[in-house]
Amino acid sequence: MALLQLSRVTMRFGGLYAVNELDLSIDAGQLYGLIGPNGAGKTTVFNVITGVYTPTSGDIRFDGVAIAGERCGRITRRGVARTFQNIRLFGEMTVLDNVKVAFDCRQATTLGTAMLRTAAHRREEERVALESLELLKIFKLDHLAGEKAKNLPYGNQRRLEIARAMATAPRVLLLDEPAAGMNPQESIQLMDLIRWIRDRFRMAILLVEHNMRVVMGICETVHVLDYGSTIAIGPPAQIQRDPKVIEAYLGGA
Amino acid sequence: MRGGLAAALVVAGLLLLNALFTGALAPAFALPPYLLQVLCLAGINVTLAVSLNLINGFTGQFSIGHAGFMAIGAYSAAYFSVTFGEALRAALGFLPPFARDGAVLLVALAIGAFLASIAGFIVGVPSLRLRGDYLAIVTLGFGEIIGVLILNIDAVGGARGYSGIPKLANFFWIYLFAALTILVVYRVVHSSFGRTLVAIREDEVAAEAMGVHTTRAKVISFVVSSALAGIAGGLFAHYLMYVNVRSFTFLKSFEIIIMIVIGGLGSISGSVLGAILYISLTEGLREFAQYRMVLFSLLLVILMIVRPQGILGHKEFVTFLTKRRRSIGAAPGTPGNA
Amino acid sequence: MTTFLQQLVNGLSLGSIYALIALGYTMVYGVLRLINFAHGDVYMVGAYVGYYASRRLQGREPSIVSALLVMLVAMVACGILGILIERLAYRPVRREARLTLLITAIGVSLFLENAAQLVFGPDPKFFPSLAPRADFHVAGMRLTSEQITVIAVSVLLMVLLRFFIMKTRTGKAMRAVSFSLDAAKLMGISTDWIISVTFALGSALAAAAGVLIAMQIPKIDPLMGIPYGLKAFVAAVLGGIGSVPGAVLGGLLIGTSEVMVVGYLSSTYRDAIAFGILILVLILRPQGLLGRVQKEKV
Repeated sequence: MALLQLSRVTMRFGGLYAVNELDLSIDAGQLYGLIGPNGAGKTTVFNVITGVYTPTSGDIRFDGVAIAGERCGRITRRGVARTFQNIRLFGEMTVLDNVKVAFDCRQATTLGTAMLRTAAHRREEERVALESLELLKIFKLDHLAGEKAKNLPYGNQRRLEIARAMATAPRVLLLDEPAAGMNPQESIQLMDLIRWIRDRFRMAILLVEHNMRVVMGICETVHVLDYGSTIAIGPPAQIQRDPKVIEAYLGGA
Repeated sequence: MRGGLAAALVVAGLLLLNALFTGALAPAFALPPYLLQVLCLAGINVTLAVSLNLINGFTGQFSIGHAGFMAIGAYSAAYFSVTFGEALRAALGFLPPFARDGAVLLVALAIGAFLASIAGFIVGVPSLRLRGDYLAIVTLGFGEIIGVLILNIDAVGGARGYSGIPKLANFFWIYLFAALTILVVYRVVHSSFGRTLVAIREDEVAAEAMGVHTTRAKVISFVVSSALAGIAGGLFAHYLMYVNVRSFTFLKSFEIIIMIVIGGLGSISGSVLGAILYISLTEGLREFAQYRMVLFSLLLVILMIVRPQGILGHKEFVTFLTKRRRSIGAAPGTPGNA
Repeated sequence: MTTFLQQLVNGLSLGSIYALIALGYTMVYGVLRLINFAHGDVYMVGAYVGYYASRRLQGREPSIVSALLVMLVAMVACGILGILIERLAYRPVRREARLTLLITAIGVSLFLENAAQLVFGPDPKFFPSLAPRADFHVAGMRLTSEQITVIAVSVLLMVLLRFFIMKTRTGKAMRAVSFSLDAAKLMGISTDWIISVTFALGSALAAAAGVLIAMQIPKIDPLMGIPYGLKAFVAAVLGGIGSVPGAVLGGLLIGTSEVMVVGYLSSTYRDAIAFGILILVLILRPQGLLGRVQKEKV
């Protein structure tokens, strides 16, 4: 059974069907790309999966458990993490703290022990600090640990978003246009990073991207949306030749 | 243990200052009663400002009904002292007088804080789901409703106000609790819980997406904040010996907001600074009588235009001191919290 | 039954006042997302301008014309005041955080209240009667001429406002700005001018309300803006802040329920009822009765 399964998911805003009867399934360790022209509903799919929106109808299952309509935080704690199209870091907090916050969702300490500064609390804090720093090292951001997130250059901010999402120990990672605004060299580094994450953690990765080199370069399966509906699913080579896809992007001949 | 020593020093220091200011040590050193009162009210304001900053400055929630929680603390603590104070004092007859007074005060404050925190919970749970402006409106409304409800309780004086409260609070107790408030808020903010609060302030949607229990965190900080406001109210009542609902209107809530904005939201030392500045300005300009408030409100508007982040912004006073030291001798690029 | 109808009429009269003031709150919030705390004090200034204007007319026969003249003077004066407040206090902080805007508004409010106390004196003044008084007895109810004036003038002003917003170019621009300031700018709308117009209109309506109330309850003082302003604000939120018809509906509802509560329950709860309704609405339907749900884009 698939790790993440969407069955006939529909998201309607008034008269607009942003997502229409979507079927989608991703297995552990699979690199899955979601593409489509602007307004096709890609970010809406993300929002529906992660609980920002409750789907109008349809079924969403993570590891067999129905999650449609659950609160965003709850879904994340189950193991579904995401990054945002417009970077949403905690600007005033340091890079390290940004990651620590995401780690905290798995922590046991409460306000009480925090206020009393118990030994258990201090041990926990040390552990979180260490693990957060380790994670930053993987993403080559450890030298910036004390910097305020808002001061980081754009490329680093994007990497930090991914690092932060990883700190929640997800099993499915949703990346919303991670290559946006990157130059070709940065894009290649990103592709390596994404592949590394998948290999190291057997992570299922759902990727929304406009950068075709990235999508076709790393995704095993590409899912094409247009006006909220699926128009093609398949390996990159097949998708690139699909006439329906070409028409959706370029318009009729 | 380092913490215990510091605490003992603070308590001793406050006791000394208290004795000094009230003239118990040497009458020549006693402060004029008016000045002592200003100092004491400033201390209460510090507690109010720091507690409000926890929810407004650090959690980024727009609460403007703080005076309501202060009122609940004031009235419930006062009711206890007036009604049960004597009985408690009698039961503790084996203790010296100041200890008996202290005990009554502590129990009264505990009751005030407890009831205020319950009110905080009742207000917080439905309201904190709302965003920005709406939360402000609802908290404002709750503050006013609390006032009206108290007005209708004859047992605490109704419209005439509640008098006959024993004067159990003094410089020592007021500043002790101010120090405690600062400690509590400091500990909350510099903890894993505090991190989630700031994350909520920075971007609530992202915080939720990172697995933070946002509603729970907001409610907890709201409850802590109102409990502390309740303590401030209890101290207020036991210092002035008389309370009236008119002291706890939205104007009072506005005053506290002005204090934390002047000092800098998200800075504990900023709130202390703001509270002290506010009372200094309002008292210092007292001789200008009518011009005082006109000037003050004008200054406020100008401050918002010129420096909206307040004096300290997000930084603490300590940061300015350590920054200068670092730039003199330390190696560059030292990472922050590790 | 007649008591009920009487209360209803009283409520509509009071509600019209709240509606006029609420319109100012709602329009400003619509274009700037700012809760203009100083708005209630503009209402107070309107009453005072009317007071001084009517003193000038002392000696003449009280007439409808002189009453309308006084109101017009107050409306113009407060329209200008509104524009001044916006230009001097709000425009410099327009792009700042919400809390900053809020504090600025509070500062302006405090300034107006205290300056009024300084300039006009803190003691209440008595508004002279402008229009000839008469009582009408209809279906067992007593309608005063003031009540009829209040309702009639309010309705007239609201109809004029609606016409302005719906049919004129400036009105359409106002609606555009309330949808999206940035998009309106890109469409070539002079947003600064539109915002000034919004403030002017809202303040003028508040001034009209001030004069109307002063005609009914002749006592005016520098702090009169506080209770009325607060309740009118609640009315705007109840109706859906940002919605013009919502402000009218909210005002009428708050006015009517206030009168009903005082009439049938107890006057001590009069102030609480407005907030009680407010909280219920915000918890059950935060966008107000006629407001739109504002979903944040993620």
